[in-house]
Amino acid sequence: MAASSGEHVLSLYRLLLKESKKFPSYNYRTYALRRVRDAFRENRTVEDPKVVEELLNRARDSLALIQRQVLVQKNIDVVTCGFCRVC
Amino acid sequence: VMNRTLSRKLLGSMCGISSRRLSFAQSAVNTLIKSRELEKDELRPLYMDFQATTPMDPRVLDAMLPYQVNYYGNPHSRTHAYGWESETAMEKARKQVADLIGADPREIVFTSGGVARFYKAKKNHIITTQTEHKCVLDSCRILEAEGFEVTYLPVKNNGLIDLKQLQETIRPDTSLVSIMTINNEIGVKQPIKEIGHLCRSKNVFFHTDAAQAVGKIPINVNDCKVDLMSISGHKIYGPKGVGALYVRRRPRVRIEPLQNGGGQERGLRSGTVPTPLVVGLGAACEIAQQELEYDHKCVTVLANRLVQKIVSEIPDVVMNGDPDQRYPGCVNLSFAYVEGESLLMALKDVALSSGRSVKDYNYTTGDLMHMTFFFVRFGIGRFTTDEEVDYTVEKRIQQVKRLREMSPLWEMVQEGIDLKSIKWTQH
Repeated sequence: MAASSGEHVLSLYRLLLKESKKFPSYNYRTYALRRVRDAFRENRTVEDPKVVEELLNRARDSLALIQRQVLVQKNIDVVTCGFCRVC
Repeated sequence: VMNRTLSRKLLGSMCGISSRRLSFAQSAVNTLIKSRELEKDELRPLYMDFQATTPMDPRVLDAMLPYQVNYYGNPHSRTHAYGWESETAMEKARKQVADLIGADPREIVFTSGGVARFYKAKKNHIITTQTEHKCVLDSCRILEAEGFEVTYLPVKNNGLIDLKQLQETIRPDTSLVSIMTINNEIGVKQPIKEIGHLCRSKNVFFHTDAAQAVGKIPINVNDCKVDLMSISGHKIYGPKGVGALYVRRRPRVRIEPLQNGGGQERGLRSGTVPTPLVVGLGAACEIAQQELEYDHKCVTVLANRLVQKIVSEIPDVVMNGDPDQRYPGCVNLSFAYVEGESLLMALKDVALSSGRSVKDYNYTTGDLMHMTFFFVRFGIGRFTTDEEVDYTVEKRIQQVKRLREMSPLWEMVQEGIDLKSIKWTQH
């Protein structure tokens, strides 16, 4: 039980990071990556299955949100990178 | 002149889009490239001016889009589903805004942004500060013309209000005290709680312009005894063109509407409420509440990094404003002995705000020390990264050093001449 949910969490994490990297804008991209990493790190030790489920639901909603926003931003804003020497 | 395919590949890799996808927008890209080639700068500047405005958080945009596309009903339409769903969204947003400041949803009035000011008072005296936002000061001037008497309180050297002075200035016929929570130029945090308690004890209404503070520091209108509060959407990663006014119900604050007409928003601000914008504002407030601690931590770390780096490399830098009672994300630095216009022109690659403080220029004695204090305001926000701060700091240090080398005042200071002893001649 714990093993499968742990894998599930990891796969969600990887998916979130993968989608976050697609943001065209430097600021949104770095924020999304940083926030996802910090959020998962912060909640690493949570045990209560109800809380875990709620957090995972939030993560799934965030994933859908990021996918939608990436699409919107890609299609309207072609040249947006602020400071590309860094990324 | 860049080769077209090379530029296309570069742009594609820069923006994370495959070169195939770009083909459908090829003509658009070409025109963009053309206009870019005309400018010297090929990349947009870094954004470090979060006090002026903030980019919209993607989560806010996500909340707003359905109401721009599908749920376009007028929230005041009572008779059909379009109206009902818009109204539900509007009320939900109202609750989100209210939760952020600890108010009741009925006490929130949506306005068209920032400071929509209106007073009705039997008493005639208003107190405000000299460092308020320009729109507050302008409103006060108009009220003076209408017969009110306004006292502009000065601030101490560190930017904070003197509570004793405020207490002495409050008269029996004072109706309103208006002091902003966090100053947008120097970032000082006024002692709102103490001021609120003082005003409540003297039966005076207390208004605070919390546009810069909401969502960045925890504010509770009941703890701070605030009667009126202005909230601006575009300062908290929300949409531009919307704001909210908190109007206390117990004890009741009576105000006169500025915008008359249909009687919407409790008669205080008529006009159809723009559902997508208020939904955005509500979402921004909810996100701000969730992210308050995390953002505050990140911003503090970055601000300290910025200040430490600059102060360790250049001498004679002054941070304006009280070092403790401040919001860390607004760093206002004055660089002495640096020519102002040149520094302004060198700021092109990072979007910063700057200005000149000549308040203390004394024309009789020719005290030029304050004239040379040119300040730069670094705004740090949710989306600022380490690399942006490092780059900004590096560039600023370089420029200040370069300008100081060219400055005759700096040479004199290096030789040990006291600037105050110099006699400046008129010509």
